[in-house]
Amino acid sequence: MSRMTYLDAARQALVEEMRRDRSVWALGEDLGRGGVFGTYRGLADEFGPQRISDAPISEAAILGVAVGAAMLGTRPVAEMRFSDFALCATDELVNQAAKARFMFGGQARVPLVARMPIGMWRSSAAQHSQSLEAWYAHIPGLVVVCPATPADNKGLLKSAIRSDDPVVYMEHKNLWALEGEVPDDSDRCIPFGRARLVREGGDLTLVSWSAQVHVATAATETLAADGISAELLDLRSIWPWDREAVLASAARTGRLLVVHEAVQAGGFGAEIAATVAQETGARVRRLGAPRALIGYAPPVEDAVRVTEAMIVRAAREMLA
Amino acid sequence: MRNLDLDRLRAHHRLMLRIRALEETALRGMAERVVLGAIHPSIGQEAVAAGVIAQLAPDDILLSTHRGHGHTLAKGADAEAMIRELLGRVGGTCGGKGGSMHIADFSVGMLGANGVVGANIVIAAGAAHAIRLRGERRVVVCIFGDGAINRGPFLEGLNWAAVFALPVLFVCEDNGFAATTRTAAMTAGDGPAARARALGLHAEEVDGNDVLAVEDAARDAIAALRDGGGPRFLLAHTYRFTGHTAADVAAYRPEAEVAARRAHDPIARAASWLAEAGVAAPDLAADREAAQAEMADAYAAALAAPFPAAAEAFRDVQDAGAPA
Repeated sequence: MSRMTYLDAARQALVEEMRRDRSVWALGEDLGRGGVFGTYRGLADEFGPQRISDAPISEAAILGVAVGAAMLGTRPVAEMRFSDFALCATDELVNQAAKARFMFGGQARVPLVARMPIGMWRSSAAQHSQSLEAWYAHIPGLVVVCPATPADNKGLLKSAIRSDDPVVYMEHKNLWALEGEVPDDSDRCIPFGRARLVREGGDLTLVSWSAQVHVATAATETLAADGISAELLDLRSIWPWDREAVLASAARTGRLLVVHEAVQAGGFGAEIAATVAQETGARVRRLGAPRALIGYAPPVEDAVRVTEAMIVRAAREMLA
Repeated sequence: MRNLDLDRLRAHHRLMLRIRALEETALRGMAERVVLGAIHPSIGQEAVAAGVIAQLAPDDILLSTHRGHGHTLAKGADAEAMIRELLGRVGGTCGGKGGSMHIADFSVGMLGANGVVGANIVIAAGAAHAIRLRGERRVVVCIFGDGAINRGPFLEGLNWAAVFALPVLFVCEDNGFAATTRTAAMTAGDGPAARARALGLHAEEVDGNDVLAVEDAARDAIAALRDGGGPRFLLAHTYRFTGHTAADVAAYRPEAEVAARRAHDPIARAASWLAEAGVAAPDLAADREAAQAEMADAYAAALAAPFPAAAEAFRDVQDAGAPA
C-alpha cells in the first residue's frame, strides 16, 4: 500500500496501463503540460507527445477521433476536462461510441475511456459543476463509473482502460487532493458493478457514489451517535450498478435511502429506489439536489448541495 | 479523345453498373415493401464511388454517409450481404441490425455509413490517427455530402487532420442539395473547397460525373497521403437523379434541371467512351445485364433469408452491464 491522493492514484493507473499496453494513449487539451488538473503531469516526458497528445479545443473531434482510433484497435483515453464540456461531444459519445458495436452487428468494438470530471467545487458556477452521470446511465452501450476514493480511482480507471466497452469515467473535482491508501499491485483492477461496503449497519441502507459518499459517511457517524445503525454502500459504477448488494442490504434493513449530488428529478437514485421498492418492498427514499442550477456566490451554490444534515434528517424520518 | 486505359475504364463501367443495379434493386425492394426503412439512393453519383475507391487497397479504410450503398459496394462488400442488410435479414453485413444507414463491412475496411450527417469526419480523423500512431502506410477516405460542411465536425475534423498531418482524403460529394434544400441557399462563403483551403488542406475540384477525372484526382491525392503529405480534400460535383430518400419525389427541382443533369449520366458517359474506343455494343450491354443479374440473384436470395431472432436485440450491446 502507498498513501497518495485521488489525483495521483489515477495518474499512476494510467502510467501503469500505458507501460503495460502500447495501444493505450491519451488525447485532450493541454495534456502535454499535465492537463487542466495535473492528472497527466509528467506523462508526456515518459511517453512522448504521440501517446500523450495535445488537442485543439474541439470536443467533438477529441471524442470522435477516439471513436475512430478505438475502432482500429487502439485504446484512447479521451480527456474532456469537465463533464459540462463533454456535452459538445454528445453525438460522438451517444450516437457513435455507444452504438457502433450493436448497429454494425458486432463488427466494431470501441474500447475508449471518456474521462469527464463532474461535481461541485467552490464557485465554479453553472457550466463547470454538474453531475451528469444519469444521462449516460440511460444510454445502452455505455459503462458509467464514479469513483469516490484514491484506491478506487486507481483500480477502476485500470478496468476502464482495459474494458472493451466505451466507458464514461467521472472523477469528482473536489476529491483530487483526498488522500488514502492505494494498493501497489499494478494488476489490481476493480470490476464494474461491485459496490464497496463502507459501513455495516442494520437499521437502514444508504446508497451513494462519488463525493457524496463522504458526506454520507459523516452522516452515518452522526446517526451512530444517536444509536441508529446505517449501512452504507458506495456503488462505484452507476452502470452496471450492484443490484445484488443493494437489494440484499435493503431487504435486510427494510429501508433504503439513496443520496446523490446530482439533481434528484430524473436522477439515478430514482432507478435504484424504484428497483428496490419493486423487488423487496422496502421503504425507499431518495435525496438529490433540487432541480435548480448551480450558482457562483457561496450561499447560492450551497443552496443546492445535499448536506450531511439533510441525510441525517431523512434517515431519522424513515426510522420514525 | 483521351488516352484511355481501356481495362480500367471497363472495370469502372462494370462497377458503376453494379452500383446502379444495387440501388435500383433497393428501390424495387422499397416498392415491394421489403426494404423497411428509409434509403438514400446514390443513382447519378456512381462515378465518385468508382473513381475514388478503386484507388484504395483492401486494408485502406473507408467511412461513408447515409447515402453510402455505392461506396460500400465499391470497397468490396458482398452485394447479397448488402441487400440482406437492407431487408433486415440474417446474413446482412450487420446481421440485419443496422440497415441502410448503418451499412458497414469491417472485413473490407468499410467502417460504416452514418445516420448523422458529418459525424464520419471526426471518426475518419481518428482512424487516420491510429494509423499514424502505429506507423502504418494505410490511408483513410472519408466521403460526405455538401450538406455536411455546415456541421461543426467538418471544421473540427479537417482542422484535426491538418494539425496532425494525417493520411485522410476528404471527399465532398456535392450534389447541390442538403436533404431537400439547395445547399447554396444555406451556405455562406465560397463553398467546400474554399473552407478546406482555409484550414490548410490541399483541395481539388473535379467533375464528379467523369469517372476518369475523379480517378486521376483521387490517384494523385492518395499517393500524396501515402507519402505523408497530410490530408487532402476533393470536391466532386455531381447530381442525384432521385430525391433525398426513396420517398422524396423531389418536386422542388425543375424537370428541365433534372433532364439536363441526366444528360451527364456518368455511366452513359463511360459507355460512350468505351464505344468510341471500339468496345462493341453487345459487350457493353452484357456488362449491364451481368450487373442486373447479379443483383436480381442477390435480391432473391435475400428475400429467402429469415429475419434475425428477437434475441439479437440483446446481443452486442455491451460486456459490462449487458441487457439481462
